[in-house]
Amino acid sequence: MKLLELKNVTAGYNGLNILNKINLTVNSNDFIGVIGPNGGGKTTLLKVILGLIKPKSGTISFTGMSNGIKSIGYLPQNNTFDHQFPISVMEVVMSGLASKYKLWKRPTKTDKIQAEELIAKTGMLYYKHTPIGELSGGQRQRVLLCRALIHNPQLLILDEPTTYVDKDFEGELYSLLSDLNKQMAILLVSHDIGIIVSYVKTIACINGTLHYHPSNKITNDLLLTYNCPVELVTHGKVPHRVLKQH
Amino acid sequence: MNQLIELFEYQFFVNALIGTLLASIIAGFIGTYIVSRKIVFISDGITHASFGGIGIAYFFGFNPFMGALLFGIVTAFGIEWAQKKTNIREDSAIAVLWSVGMAIGIIFVFLTPGYTPNLMSFLFGNILSITSFDLIIMGGLTLFITSLFLIFYRPILYSAFDPEFAKALGLPVSLIRYILMISIAITVVVCIKIAGIILVMSLFTIPHIIANIYTKEFKTIIWLSMIFAFLGVIGGLIISYYADLPSGATIIIILVALWGILKGVSKFV
Repeated sequence: MKLLELKNVTAGYNGLNILNKINLTVNSNDFIGVIGPNGGGKTTLLKVILGLIKPKSGTISFTGMSNGIKSIGYLPQNNTFDHQFPISVMEVVMSGLASKYKLWKRPTKTDKIQAEELIAKTGMLYYKHTPIGELSGGQRQRVLLCRALIHNPQLLILDEPTTYVDKDFEGELYSLLSDLNKQMAILLVSHDIGIIVSYVKTIACINGTLHYHPSNKITNDLLLTYNCPVELVTHGKVPHRVLKQH
Repeated sequence: MNQLIELFEYQFFVNALIGTLLASIIAGFIGTYIVSRKIVFISDGITHASFGGIGIAYFFGFNPFMGALLFGIVTAFGIEWAQKKTNIREDSAIAVLWSVGMAIGIIFVFLTPGYTPNLMSFLFGNILSITSFDLIIMGGLTLFITSLFLIFYRPILYSAFDPEFAKALGLPVSLIRYILMISIAITVVVCIKIAGIILVMSLFTIPHIIANIYTKEFKTIIWLSMIFAFLGVIGGLIISYYADLPSGATIIIILVALWGILKGVSKFV
């Protein structure tokens, strides 16, 4: 089933176009790795999909709506918020439900139980009252992943989820994503091509324009044409892998 | 003790007491928001810029409070707008608005012929000068801020913590921020009577810092800040009355002393 479709989307900031006439279709159960050089437009693409910036031209249609809102779970880059903000793990996870209700509505008991179950699943239940600032990078990502997943999204978007986290967590995260992919489509932005080829099904390479590869094989030609960054070796629980022909 | 009870026979003291209670409630909500969002400097800029309105009001002979309110709100909008729409760095924008407001105020006060009554109480605060009119304004504001936070607690918290994520969820983040900025402007202007333009920001920050000794949860910080703000202001009010000291400055010293003592105690307990 088609979830998201971008047609001829051009977007950017002020006078500068970062994305030029890009096309992308995301179907349910897709697992797309988004790669590209810095400044190539990876984050801009995510922001356009999330509705944080409006495209200058082109259309975006999202069919995965629930209760009139886009059913998208979003895991932003780790450094987008103030780590000293006085907010507990539980509150952060519950904030993922904000769009489910009208502004003045309080979450129900079922929501709280669901949040606790999710927190427990990621091994963070002990920390549910801990302020977000007292967690390690990996623990924080677990919490933010819970926040992204709490409303059972049909599309999960992750922006560089493994920055600032240890390699052990990286392995855990990706096997969790493979599981989640059975229920939802995933769009993953990463610098780490080793990870990308291990887990994703298809690849979108962005450098101003978008080039879609309907497989997860990375060829020399692809890297040369799109100037994609490469991290050759991965560590930890993820199998080590060196790409062919560089 | 009898002396203390006698104080309640004076209307100005009763006014000060009610004012203290209301100001503590407002300071608990707004102070927690300001400190958590790290916008103390912005809020202080609004406070100082409001002096421009006070100067103009003196010159043209209307209520200085209204002048301050108008300038405060315009500055709050100016900062929020400049932040989003222009390339001016936020701290520079605040510093400019801060000093321009003060400069306008100073020039108009200078141009005003004769004596400018209550000028010192605007600069340094005088809790005993709170009038019944002030109390009505404070009461209205307390009701508004309390309802705002009780009804929209979650959207306020979420958009302060991670505005981009909140926006992606479809929360009206800009609207919430504008409403809060205006609330901050009104709050600081209303509380100027208590601690003065120069010192009022401490009324919003020190109780939060004290509350932080015990908790790092937004909601609990709000309630604890209210209690500590009340203790500080009431202590300052009584001590300043008996020791014949300026109330605003005494309140701040009491609050800092309270922080020092509780911080010290927390190290041993």
